[in-house]
Amino acid sequence: MAKKGNAIVAKDLTKVYQMGHVEVSALCGVSLEIKYGEVVSIMGPSGSGKSTLMNIIGCLDRPTSGEYYLDGMLVSDLSDDQLALIRNQKVGFVFQNFNLLARSSALVNVQLPMRYAGVREGMQERAAKSLEAVGLSDRMNHKPTELSGGQQQRVALARALINDPAILLADEPTGNLDSKSGEEIIELLLDLNKKNGTTLIIVTHDPKISARTQRIIRLYDGKVVKE
Amino acid sequence: MDIVLAIKEALESLSANKLRAGLTILGIVIGVAAVIAMLAIGTGAQNTILGSINSVGTNLLFVFQGNTQQDIRNEQPITMSDVNAMEDVLQAPHVQMVSPVVYGYVNATYGGETTRPELLGVTSNFEATANYGLSEGSFISDENVNGRASVALIGPDVAEKLFGRRDMITGETIRLEGQPFRVIGVLESKGGGSVGSQDNVIFVPLTTARVRLLDRERDHVDIVYIQAVDAESVTTASNEVAQILRTRHHTEIGLDDFTIYTQEDILSVAGTITSVLTIFLGGIAAISLLVGGIGIMNIMLVSVTERTKEIGLRKALGARKADILLQFLTESSLLSLFGGIIGIVFGWLISVAVGKIATASGTPFTPAVGLNAILLATLFSTAVGLFFGIYPANRAANLEPVEALRYE
Repeated sequence: MAKKGNAIVAKDLTKVYQMGHVEVSALCGVSLEIKYGEVVSIMGPSGSGKSTLMNIIGCLDRPTSGEYYLDGMLVSDLSDDQLALIRNQKVGFVFQNFNLLARSSALVNVQLPMRYAGVREGMQERAAKSLEAVGLSDRMNHKPTELSGGQQQRVALARALINDPAILLADEPTGNLDSKSGEEIIELLLDLNKKNGTTLIIVTHDPKISARTQRIIRLYDGKVVKE
Repeated sequence: MDIVLAIKEALESLSANKLRAGLTILGIVIGVAAVIAMLAIGTGAQNTILGSINSVGTNLLFVFQGNTQQDIRNEQPITMSDVNAMEDVLQAPHVQMVSPVVYGYVNATYGGETTRPELLGVTSNFEATANYGLSEGSFISDENVNGRASVALIGPDVAEKLFGRRDMITGETIRLEGQPFRVIGVLESKGGGSVGSQDNVIFVPLTTARVRLLDRERDHVDIVYIQAVDAESVTTASNEVAQILRTRHHTEIGLDDFTIYTQEDILSVAGTITSVLTIFLGGIAAISLLVGGIGIMNIMLVSVTERTKEIGLRKALGARKADILLQFLTESSLLSLFGGIIGIVFGWLISVAVGKIATASGTPFTPAVGLNAILLATLFSTAVGLFFGIYPANRAANLEPVEALRYE
């Protein structure tokens, strides 16, 4: 099931933003390791550098300095297009506000990462399987507007898993959901981890959610304060 | 992502905003239709004008008195003895036929009707040199010329005006400047061009015209129509005629007191004028195509801004710059391609309508929608779509994924 070793190794990551003439440090030397198959939550007040760390872990952004290894590969120095490929192959994203294409059906939304992966055949079948795994086999041809929030987040989850990523990155996955659907999503995520050994990183404010993860990484002022 | 998928996606996203896409396409439709119609009308006008010049005859030369380029002192008129010299086979072996002409305008009356057509005093050679045919009667003969006969040939327009018909006119008597002339025939229609109708004419014998109608000095001739032996020897014939006139008029070197036009000169001048006309019309139409292109750019910029978050998501899911670029370029190219296709159809309809209107109002001319015009319009409109699509698409492709995702 899960591979041995570390899915993520970050060494002394910093990130400095230029805001006009002022330099703002969002991360000041963050080091962390996350093993394959681990379930980790990242917590911290707003402005603590959570989102920045999240973007770097998800290869959406590069650190100003430091080294970042994802799935054994040094990705902190890759080009834009190489990062796009890494995101496509190794990272699954689940966003707070789902981020589905409104004019496309659930099935098409789930296929999107495969299109950019250059998959030509069997896209339909794979997408259907993935939707089935999140319990939406009867809603495949519905558009996002015809689905409830919880169902939309399941579509997003099916999309995140379609290319069989090394890590699944969930940014406040229950933030836009009522408590019942939120609970279902969390169950689904933890279930996936148990069944498939997917490495799971959840960014959250909710202590009830973080309590259910194996490890909590707390950030404060751009630093890891407690694990 | 391959092109078929890209086109499918572009169609989906365009159809999500049908009104907007339709209005953008309309801009291109108008541009392309204008280009097609203008080029068709220009080409049609060119064909008509060149055709009417060609119908005069292809191996013709015209000799006039005077020099249009320079001032000449002691300009001498062209006389009948000049004409006789040109007919000399030894001096001008490449000249087939020479036809002296005097011309002017006269009042022609019949019954209560009056008209003022062009009058040409001609010899029997004129029928062959100027390529005129008769719908009835016979041409002016040498006897008519020698005897200064009061006979006339009339063009179909004159017949129409004086008699209200075009046939059964031979034998009638009309009055030219009050003097009676017997009609001996009616000319076939040559059609009207931009150079004036060639059907609104009256032919009388050269001698009769000079003495009784136009009051020219003895022996003087206004134009000499010369037919070269064939189309290839037009230039040689022109040189021979020029040499004869230079010798006979004792002109200084380089200061000819006459001008020779070949049919080719006239064709090339008319060709140049009509080409300029076509380019001018097409150029004005192209401006509206440019405006259509700016419309595409405008709408694509709006679309990129609106879909910033979507672009961010696509990038998060692994879209490379090239994928995003392709997506937006496909959309803008499709807009202009649809506009181009509809525009070609519209332009063609417009030119057919213009042709019908022109024919109905008495100027028969056929706008020609050429394959090259269609290719040009298609290429140009797609290029416009690509060109004006590049900036918005590039803007989309270069969005930072983090910022695009955060965009609300």
